[in-house]
Amino acid sequence: MEMPKVDPFTLAKKTDLIASLQDVLPDDAVIHDEAELRAYECDALTAYRCPPLAAVLPRSTEEVSAVLKTCHEMDIPVVPRGSGTSLAGGALPTADSVILGVARLTDVLEVDYDDRIIRVQTGRTNLSVTGEVEADGWFYAPDPSSQLACAIAGNIAMNSGGAHCLKYGVTTNNLLGVRMVLMDGTIVDLGGGYMDAEGLDLLGVVCGSEGMLGVVTEATLRILPKPEGARPVLMGFDSNEVAGACVADIIKAGVLPVAIEFMDRPIIRITEDFAGAGYPDCEALLIVEVEGSEAEIEEQLATIEEIARRHDPVELRRSNSAEESQRIWLGRKSAFGATGRVADYMCLDGTIPVSELPRVLTGISRLSEKYGLRVGNVFHAGDGNMHPLIMFDANKPGDLELCEEMGAEILKLCVEVGGCLTGEHGVGVEKRDLMDHQFTGPDMEAQMRVKDVFDPKWLLNPAKVFPLDVTADRRS
Amino acid sequence: MLTPGSEAELAELLRGANAPISVRGGGTRHRPSPGEALTTSGLTGITLYEPGALTLVARAGTPAAEVEAVLAAEGQRLPFEPMDHRPLLGTEGTPTIGGAVAMNVSGPRRVQAGACRDSLIGVRFVDGRGEVLKNGGRVMKNVTGYDLVKLMAGSRGTLGVMTEVSFKVLPAASSEATIELSGLDTAAAVKAMSAALGSPFDVSGAAHDPQAGRTLIRVEGLEGSVAYRADRLADLLGRFGDTRRLAGDASRDPWRRIRDAEAVAGAGDIWRISTRPSAAAALAAQAEAEATLFDWGGGLIWLRVPSGTDLKARLGAFDGHATAVRGDGAVAPRTDPVAALEAGLRAKFDPRGLFRPATETA
Repeated sequence: MEMPKVDPFTLAKKTDLIASLQDVLPDDAVIHDEAELRAYECDALTAYRCPPLAAVLPRSTEEVSAVLKTCHEMDIPVVPRGSGTSLAGGALPTADSVILGVARLTDVLEVDYDDRIIRVQTGRTNLSVTGEVEADGWFYAPDPSSQLACAIAGNIAMNSGGAHCLKYGVTTNNLLGVRMVLMDGTIVDLGGGYMDAEGLDLLGVVCGSEGMLGVVTEATLRILPKPEGARPVLMGFDSNEVAGACVADIIKAGVLPVAIEFMDRPIIRITEDFAGAGYPDCEALLIVEVEGSEAEIEEQLATIEEIARRHDPVELRRSNSAEESQRIWLGRKSAFGATGRVADYMCLDGTIPVSELPRVLTGISRLSEKYGLRVGNVFHAGDGNMHPLIMFDANKPGDLELCEEMGAEILKLCVEVGGCLTGEHGVGVEKRDLMDHQFTGPDMEAQMRVKDVFDPKWLLNPAKVFPLDVTADRRS
Repeated sequence: MLTPGSEAELAELLRGANAPISVRGGGTRHRPSPGEALTTSGLTGITLYEPGALTLVARAGTPAAEVEAVLAAEGQRLPFEPMDHRPLLGTEGTPTIGGAVAMNVSGPRRVQAGACRDSLIGVRFVDGRGEVLKNGGRVMKNVTGYDLVKLMAGSRGTLGVMTEVSFKVLPAASSEATIELSGLDTAAAVKAMSAALGSPFDVSGAAHDPQAGRTLIRVEGLEGSVAYRADRLADLLGRFGDTRRLAGDASRDPWRRIRDAEAVAGAGDIWRISTRPSAAAALAAQAEAEATLFDWGGGLIWLRVPSGTDLKARLGAFDGHATAVRGDGAVAPRTDPVAALEAGLRAKFDPRGLFRPATETA
């Protein structure tokens, strides 16, 4: 994968830059020692690394503004960073950039149950937002699997999803307002503790813009009262097609589960070896979870089980207790870890129309044979958000490249059937060069015009999302 | 009236345009912007509907009622319960689905199922350069590139003319019930609505009509579940006053009227205020309106005031915003950095200034 050519003039400015940053920030907020900078050389896409010129860890919106103003005046690119958990390389630096980390912005600024909002600084982790309101019976709905570590800033940048978004939506559906700093240092407020935007929906376009339009320092988030209870049912089928048809029938029946998770045979076996959750050895497995009171759960599960029985399940197991629920979820939740134990893997997240599930799964297994790499599928079936895990050996020369090539083919297939390259991880650097499979030149141009308005000098995370040759003129 | 019959025709028309154009669907919701009228009503038809994938795609000029009828036949619906503006504004014509998107029209179910923009998953539009553009698509989870879908929702025809819109739809509820409280003052009504919306009982509507002295809380879903939650809500809300249970048509009818803001219909200026529920009672008192309606648990306030009232002066600064739906409201142009970003975007998508906004937001 290619990164932009490093501007030698920028590198030469390093001494001046550090001095200027130290002028506007406390000493401990500016990191320039080469050994310390290594902590910022990559995010969770660890195959690619590059130490930045410097890293800064401001403690307030005003300090963020001062950093951006300084870099703007000196024409230094800035790469914002939440907790560095991006799987797409969203926080990957370039050698001529400054990493702006929000890790020290962790305060809770306001909780209001009457207005059903929480306002936080964005370095706070996703799970700790729920942690702040949980004891009072509330939660923050988006639940990316990295929620223990990932920051709200990164969730907003990538418009993160999670297992429960079939019912509750993704970040953009739960974000009501932001305080954000533009590249020139201007502080703006978009939205707030109310339910729609004034004028154009700038909040909607900022969410998911991968840190290229501004650095979000504060967020007003919608919180929800916790449901009385939740319980899953597990069902096994002897073909992917039948499992896919069952998903469609459940959705059509008018029950809206909070989650419908799908695992295929390779993943069932890998997780069973690791976690021993007691899954049946079958072609496809669904975990369907519903919420409500005991009586409501019974009512919904009865409807779902009746549908499942029409598809001749090889197993149909309803959880009857918290322990059984935990056991049903155990395999699903350890799927990624279990796969990591048997191989290195690359996790894709293309989304497809649910009706295309069988066709795409067949296509993926053909590609698996063609490339000689194993693939397991574990994903959010209710919304068509695939997660093929391509297994490879990082120590075997050429295997990573082979894996990336195969990944690209899978994503092209997702686009071909009417889907998209990424449903929740973001484009970052990882899928940047595939963008022209989904968008025409004018479609990308229209998106880049938005950045032209927010960041006319293209200094904020400039090497992400769009193919480098497409952005070359704007970046130079 | 310009009525292009295809996206290509529309694109050609806009490329050749050299004077302002006033975009509309059926013209039922619209405060017309200046310029020659152009309607999307020639661009009609549902182009894709997959009930099993909860996905519907329609051309922008398709009547909203047609979309809703097609969904209803499969037991599904648009989650955001779009308002029909005709009873409120006394307009005539056929509301279109593109018009609902352009205005980000969201009804009482906003509190539970999100706004129109939250259900919108794809758009095609022709910008002011006459270029055909698309963003998003037909899948409900998509973070590929910037989200221009949200940008187009509520853009009121100022960035381009929408030709096709895609939605995530939801199963329609097989049952619903409404809990009614009578005679509450606004402050108590907002507290009751906050208590309901802060309960685990999945409330899908919370509104207060001070004229009728009614506060209404709605639940929807499977029959047994609705009965259970209505019971629990009646218990929870008992401390605010006597509750009454409405079912069937008696539950449905008031929500249609709330959705369409009928309580504030009449001669005068109509305003819409979006704010924090906890600020609603004080704001409404300051407005001294002739008629008021609270939806979204108090987060949305509809007001009718005498024509020409300077409502902004009455309200002063507050957390939220006020929009004149009918009437001028004599609003000074905004000069803050956010307004500069909006102006910058309009200049990029419509460099010749074909789609000038009607001044209406303060």
